[in-house]
Amino acid sequence: MKFTGNKFIGYLVLALIIALTGCASPDRIVLLPNADGSPSAVIVKTATGERVIDKPYEAVSVSQSGGISQDKETPDSVRARFGSALDAQPQRAVTYVLYYLNGKVEMTPESRAVVKKLKDDLKTRSAPEIIVIGHTDSVGSDEYNDELSLDRAKDVRNILIAAGIPDSLITISGRGKRDPAIKTADGVPEPKNRRVEISIR
Amino acid sequence: MSSIKMKAIAGLIMTLAVATAYARDDVGMVKNAKGDATIQRGEQKIAAKPGTGLLVSDRVITGVNGSVGIALHDGTLLSAGPNSTLILNKFAFNSTTNKGELDATLKRGTLAVVSGKLSKSSPDAVHYRTPTSILGVRGTEFLLEAGGN
Repeated sequence: MKFTGNKFIGYLVLALIIALTGCASPDRIVLLPNADGSPSAVIVKTATGERVIDKPYEAVSVSQSGGISQDKETPDSVRARFGSALDAQPQRAVTYVLYYLNGKVEMTPESRAVVKKLKDDLKTRSAPEIIVIGHTDSVGSDEYNDELSLDRAKDVRNILIAAGIPDSLITISGRGKRDPAIKTADGVPEPKNRRVEISIR
Repeated sequence: MSSIKMKAIAGLIMTLAVATAYARDDVGMVKNAKGDATIQRGEQKIAAKPGTGLLVSDRVITGVNGSVGIALHDGTLLSAGPNSTLILNKFAFNSTTNKGELDATLKRGTLAVVSGKLSKSSPDAVHYRTPTSILGVRGTEFLLEAGGN
């Protein structure tokens, strides 16, 4: 193929227009406030520079060549641009703790009320994955407490299955007296350590 | 035992082994999906639905009206808006030590991120990429838009 001078310039202009309009919209990064109010930051590195944004709604645009320009968004402008992505955000992970009676696979009356809350929470979640970890206080042997902690975890699993959660989404384990919530000497009864932790994601 | 029975049992065992292997390789799960939302896994295209497991190297793709929300095993929440392509390049998470790595690319579209445990325990091993940028994060919620097409 042979280009005449004019045709060549024509193609060049066309390529330039495509480069400028078709592919040239910048990438954009916006820092949001953390749900718990703690400080946070994003470090943006490009071919030509680096920028740290560390205040809520600070934003940067990055051109195709890597140039960085900084500005600010607002909650409203963020909604307009990122509404669908934000609406698709899964629910946050949460952890519940249920307490058990001394040496038993039987919950305290207070914890039975928490089970009700937990079940209501589960109804609002789609495809919840649940990790159940049983614990004991330090009274008794490792073997005894390993079995007791696992039995407590199984008790919670039974409750979850009865509430309609598929077994495949539940992972259970018993940690015996290895991970106390409150550290004690061996052989010390401690109600806060006789517990099952339930993490829901 | 007849050989047919033997074969059936062997087949069942293999199926179970494969199913278990897949479950173990999962690094996250789709929690919600709307409109056109698919996972491309090698040559395979899988509809993204609540409960669909996610593997490393998966591409999550949404169409014009699509969106998808994912929870990774460290608690990181990724949610993509319409016309998006998200690639999970790397993910590893040890639930005992909370250490590991995360590397994801937003090729196009929009993405909302709520950082999980990895960004606290292994902040230098967590990276998000767009066609122009590499992001490091510090215990963060943020938004990404990849304008390139």
